[in-house]
Amino acid sequence: MAIQSPSIDLGSGVAINAVAATASRGYWQSVRRRLRRDPVTLVCAGILLLIVLGAIFAPFLNLADPYKTSMIRRLYPLGSPNFPLGTDELGRDMFSRLIYGGRLSLFMGVTPVVCALLIGGTLGITAGFLGGWVNMLIMRVMDVFYAFPSVLLAISLSGAMGAGASNTLLALTLVFIPPVCRVSESVTTQVRGFDFVDAAKASGAGSFTIVRVHVLGNVLGPILVYATSLISVAIILAAGLSFLGLGVKPPEPEWGLMLNTLRQAIYVNPVLAALPGVMIFITSIFFNLMSDGLRAAMDVKA
Amino acid sequence: MDALLPHKDRCGPAQPLLLAENLRKYFPVPGGLFGRATRVVRAVDDLSLSVAKGETLGIVGESGCGKSTVARLLIRLLKPDRGHMVLDGDPVDEPHGLTLNQLRRQVQMVFQDSYASLNPRLTIGETLAFSPKAHGLPAAEARERVRDLLSKVGLDPESYYTRYPHELSGGQRQRVNIARALALRPRLVILDEAVSALDKSVEAQVLNMLVDLKTELELTYVFISHDLNVVQYLSDRVLVMYLGKIVEIGAVEAIYGNPQHPYTRALLSARPSMDPRKRTKEAPIQGDPPNPIDPPSGCRFRTRCPFAEDVCARVEPPLADIGTQAVSCHMRVAGSGHSRAATP
Repeated sequence: MAIQSPSIDLGSGVAINAVAATASRGYWQSVRRRLRRDPVTLVCAGILLLIVLGAIFAPFLNLADPYKTSMIRRLYPLGSPNFPLGTDELGRDMFSRLIYGGRLSLFMGVTPVVCALLIGGTLGITAGFLGGWVNMLIMRVMDVFYAFPSVLLAISLSGAMGAGASNTLLALTLVFIPPVCRVSESVTTQVRGFDFVDAAKASGAGSFTIVRVHVLGNVLGPILVYATSLISVAIILAAGLSFLGLGVKPPEPEWGLMLNTLRQAIYVNPVLAALPGVMIFITSIFFNLMSDGLRAAMDVKA
Repeated sequence: MDALLPHKDRCGPAQPLLLAENLRKYFPVPGGLFGRATRVVRAVDDLSLSVAKGETLGIVGESGCGKSTVARLLIRLLKPDRGHMVLDGDPVDEPHGLTLNQLRRQVQMVFQDSYASLNPRLTIGETLAFSPKAHGLPAAEARERVRDLLSKVGLDPESYYTRYPHELSGGQRQRVNIARALALRPRLVILDEAVSALDKSVEAQVLNMLVDLKTELELTYVFISHDLNVVQYLSDRVLVMYLGKIVEIGAVEAIYGNPQHPYTRALLSARPSMDPRKRTKEAPIQGDPPNPIDPPSGCRFRTRCPFAEDVCARVEPPLADIGTQAVSCHMRVAGSGHSRAATP
C-alpha cells in the first residue's frame, strides 16, 4: 500500500476533526423530506395513484361490462340507479368505461414518454457530453423534427401509418424524442462545464465511467421532471388522435375516443358528454402539478 | 500487489520532471458565416517551461493572461495546437511515449472553485475513491486509501467519509480537492488558484498543509495564482506571464528582489504595502491588457510600457537569459536597438 502514515498532525486539522459528524443526509432523502412538506403534490400524486390503480385493477373491481350495449338505456343522466355516471350513446356504463378508458389513455400517455426518454435521453446526453460534431449532428437532426408542429407531426405520422394504438404510440414517441433530447442535451452541457467533470477526466477515467458516475446523477432529475410534464401532453395528444379517428378504434374505451363519440349527445346530456374530457383534464393537470412539485423538491441547490 | 504505487524516478534529479516546449493554444472565436471561426484568441503562444523535480514553480499574471490555460494544457484537459511535453524523459501523447492516461497518473490538478469541482451527488468518500477505482484499484483498497488521504489533509475519515460537499466549509472542500488530486499518488500537482477563493486564515492553513504534503509525499508543484505574496511564500521559481507569453522567469529571490521586466516591476509595485506611509500613489501601469485576439506587434507589453520605442513594435523580444533570470525585454538585450539597451 502506498500511503502509510494516517496519523500526521497538521495542526489546523485538529479543530476541524473536533466537529462531530451529524448524520448526513443523502440527496434522495432530502428530496423525500421536501416532498412530505408539499401537500399539493402529495394530493395530486394520491389521486393519480387512484386513477392508475383503478385502471390497472379494473377487471377485478366488479364493474359493469364496458362493452355491453343496450338500446333501451341510452344516455342515462348522472346518478341513475345502477349507473352512477350514466350511460353513453350505446347504453354502456359510463363509470365502467371511464375506469377502463384509463387503461388505454394512461398507457398511451406513459409509454411514448418512456420510450422517448430512453431514446431522446441517450441521444441528448451523448450530444451534450461529447459536444463538437456529434452534438452538431444529433441536434440538427432534432431541429428537423422541430420544424413540424408536434400535433401536426403526430397527426400526419398516424395518418400515414394508419390508425391503431401501436401506430399512435410510435407517432407520439417520435414527437417526444426531440424535446426530451434537447432538454437532456442542455442540462448535460451545463453539467459538463463543471470542474468536477474536468477533474474526473483528469483522473484518467473513461467517458462511459464519467457519464455513469458524474453526469447521470446530476442530469436525471431535471430530465425526469420534464418527462413527467410530457405525460399530460401525451395523454391529450393521444386523446386528440383518437378523437380524430386516428388512434384507438371503437369500441375500445379510451377517453379521447369517448369524447368523440359522445359529442353528438352534447345537446341531450352535456354533462355526460364532458365526462371523458374531465378525466383527461384531471389526469393531465395533476401530472403537471406533480411534476412542478417534483421540480421544486429536486431542484433545490443543497 | 498494489497496481497504483507511486512512480519511481526514472532519469535522475538533473532531468526536469516536466518539460513543455512551444506550447500553443489558440481558441477560435465563434462568429462569421455558418459559425466558422475566422479569429482566434491567442491564449498561450509558444510557451516553453520546465519544472525541476521537487521544486515549486509559481505562475503569476493578470486575469486573462493564460495562466489557467497553461494548467489545462499541462494536464492535457486541453489539447495544445502545437508543442510537445516530456515527463521525466518520456514524451507525452506521442508514439512510444506516455499515453494521456499514464500522464494523468503522474500529473494531477487542484481546481480553483472548491464547490464546482466536487460532484454534489457523491459523498466525499465516493468522490475520492473514483479515480483509484477508475485505475483498477479494488474497492476495499480504494476505501483504505481514501481514509489515508482524508487524514493526510487533516479531515477525520470517520466523520467525513459519508458527508456530502454541501455539508462542508470552503476550506474543508478544498482539502478534499487536494486529497482527490493526491489519490493517484502523482508526482506533479498543478494548483490552479487553489487557495484564492479561501479567506485569509483558512488560506494560510491550507498553504501550510500544502508545504507539509510536499515534503511528505515528495511532490512537485506548479502553483498558479494572482496573489504575489502567496507565490513568493510557496515558490522556488516564478514565471510571469503576460498575454500568453513569458515575460520573465527565474528564482523567486531574483524576480522579487531584482525584477528586470517593466511588467514584473509594475506587478510587484502594485502589491498593497503593509506600511501605511508607503502608499501606492500612482497606478504602476495604466489600462487593461490588450485584446488577446489581436495582440500588439513586437513586444506585447509595449502598449502599456513607459519605455516603449520603435524597436518594441517591430521586433518581438526573445527570452534572454541574463544569469539569475530570463527576461523578454529589448532593454535587457545588448544591441537590440533600444536606447536603454547596452551596446555590444
